[in-house]
Amino acid sequence: MIDIPDLIGLLNYWVVIVLMMSGFYVVIAQGNLIKKIVGLNIFQVSVFVFYISMGKIEGGSAPILDDAIEIYSNPLPHVLILTAIVVGVATTALALALVVRINAAYGTIEEDEIQAIEHEEEDVAC
Amino acid sequence: MIAIALLLFMAASAFWLVRLRNLFAVVMLSGVYSLFAAALYLVMDAVDVAFTEAAVGAGISTVLMLSTLALTSRTEKSHNKLSVMPLLLVFITGGVLVYGTFDMPRYGDINAPIHQHVANHYIEKSAAEVGPPNIVTSILASYRGFDTLGETAVVFTAAIGVLAILGRVKGQGMSTSRVAYRRKEDVEEENKEDDKAVSDKKETTS
Repeated sequence: MIDIPDLIGLLNYWVVIVLMMSGFYVVIAQGNLIKKIVGLNIFQVSVFVFYISMGKIEGGSAPILDDAIEIYSNPLPHVLILTAIVVGVATTALALALVVRINAAYGTIEEDEIQAIEHEEEDVAC
Repeated sequence: MIAIALLLFMAASAFWLVRLRNLFAVVMLSGVYSLFAAALYLVMDAVDVAFTEAAVGAGISTVLMLSTLALTSRTEKSHNKLSVMPLLLVFITGGVLVYGTFDMPRYGDINAPIHQHVANHYIEKSAAEVGPPNIVTSILASYRGFDTLGETAVVFTAAIGVLAILGRVKGQGMSTSRVAYRRKEDVEEENKEDDKAVSDKKETTS
């Protein structure tokens, strides 16, 4: 028995999973380092959306205290994700710095070209 | 529902982003994606998260990526094959995750386990125990203050890391990989030889 109205409540999570998987695909399948970082960002934001949608309560309002409000959405995921966003930008900055450094050392930001140069270097060393 | 519409916009921009080759467009599109996410947070009552995402996710990240593009290259090398193994892996993982969601509490359900524990204490007591009307501020600065301290430590470490990686550039110049150097020399020598060959040919023909 498939209960359609019941499954609509899961639609959010499913779209989040689609987003997550498209970010995952970019990270594992595409060779350009900047694009990989963008993919990682897509993945990250999808996790944020997942947390925030778990904290939402139907008919609730933003967690700012007021006498007229009865139901507040859960503020705890909001706090966790605030921290995560800032940490995410810090790691992105570090990754981008590494990309700049790699580009200076190898003259390319394509993964396969870097590997080709690395192999050549090993052959030279032998 | 606005939330679903925004989520579909996000999915559309993510798919488009996967296909694009122009890195400038990719970076701008990731900014658009973040902005959609910010709007979505607003719809889901997370106002603080929404403006942090808009400022930091859509703003600072995009600026950082654009400056990286300025220092590296702007287009991705085109190898237009759709790789099968990663695609398979992605679909299997996605399928397992979707299967996992069937046990999740439904969206907006007030009886979900996440709403039963410590969050109620924050909502009822934070005005008396901490003070500010914004509950998120109370939790961030007081109840979970150590968390925020850890976050600051991470940001500080990342800043030191970026300085350590890029800071030496000005002083002594970056070391290039040996092969990259060798390649350059080889190319120059080959060019010289080519020139020689051409000039030799010219001499013989004349």
